[in-house]
Amino acid sequence: MTTVGFVCSRVRKDEKLLLEELRERDGVEVERIDPRDVSFGLEGTSGVDVDADELDVVVDRAMSYSRGLYAARFFESYGVPVVNTSKVAHTCGDKVETTVALRENDVRTPETRVAFTPDSALETVESLGYPVVVKPVVGSWARLLAKVNDRDAAEAVFEHKKVLGSYEHSVFYIQNFVEKPGRDIRVAVIGGKAVAAMYRSSDDWITNAARGAETTNCEVTDKIERVALDAAEAVGCGNEGVVGVDIMEDGNDLTVHEVNHSLEFKALTEASGVNVAGAYADHIVEVSE
Amino acid sequence: MTTAECPVCGAEVEPAWEVERGEIIDCGDCGAELEVIESEPLSLEEAPELEEDWGE
Repeated sequence: MTTVGFVCSRVRKDEKLLLEELRERDGVEVERIDPRDVSFGLEGTSGVDVDADELDVVVDRAMSYSRGLYAARFFESYGVPVVNTSKVAHTCGDKVETTVALRENDVRTPETRVAFTPDSALETVESLGYPVVVKPVVGSWARLLAKVNDRDAAEAVFEHKKVLGSYEHSVFYIQNFVEKPGRDIRVAVIGGKAVAAMYRSSDDWITNAARGAETTNCEVTDKIERVALDAAEAVGCGNEGVVGVDIMEDGNDLTVHEVNHSLEFKALTEASGVNVAGAYADHIVEVSE
Repeated sequence: MTTAECPVCGAEVEPAWEVERGEIIDCGDCGAELEVIESEPLSLEEAPELEEDWGE
């Protein structure tokens, strides 16, 4: 019997597919762990129906970055393997960490600068040249992304972030704008394999499926696979992680702009025809063994 | 599948499919997003607002 601790609060189509796949497997029992109900101590949890030492593996599907990160860290400290590890979550959940990890591992990523005051951010943008993209260091689904085309816009964005945002918005993460051909590529990497990929196309500069981009199948070429696997390795996946690697076609090069540790695969499943949830579930069971 | 009262408008809500605890469904009357607290018997609460660190 394999007992899978399934950390999640909100169940989207992705979680529903994964839960169904896990429950269909012989000898697999799923214990739902809602981060809103649980508290973590140094020796174990309370608010969960099973003790940590009864769990063979934990899968982190929390929508909240901080809840998932700390839940993973605690389960690791209890000796339970977690997909994904807290290291992967930490590296992917913070864009500064992701960028540095990609660079350290020679994975091509946009030119990036980080500044800590509106004045130095403005100076940085002026030296990089317009347009640039300004992103929050923590956040997803393309929320609060800004394409800054000129100095007036830069001044406004930086002042708003400083005045209206939390302290994290005073970390100004600035990237060169990469001209891509109206689309980018999402690759699912599961356990060291690129299992499926899709194009995300949009007339808008943001090509995120959560923002309505059109999704179509993308053949996983050797080149795409190599870049995706290198990016997954850079964020600490080894052969155990599950991530979504976002890649831009930058002329003849492939540039990685994001690695997501809580892979959303509903659109990818529909676009590619690959049973991503099935591969994900198989991998979770493998990690438990 | 049981029904439950919408906590926002009081209408009767009957999901069209087998729901899972934690799933979000819409009230057909007022359109509120509702979280499934229990599936059997069905119990619903207004879904929490999106928080800043939610995502992928």
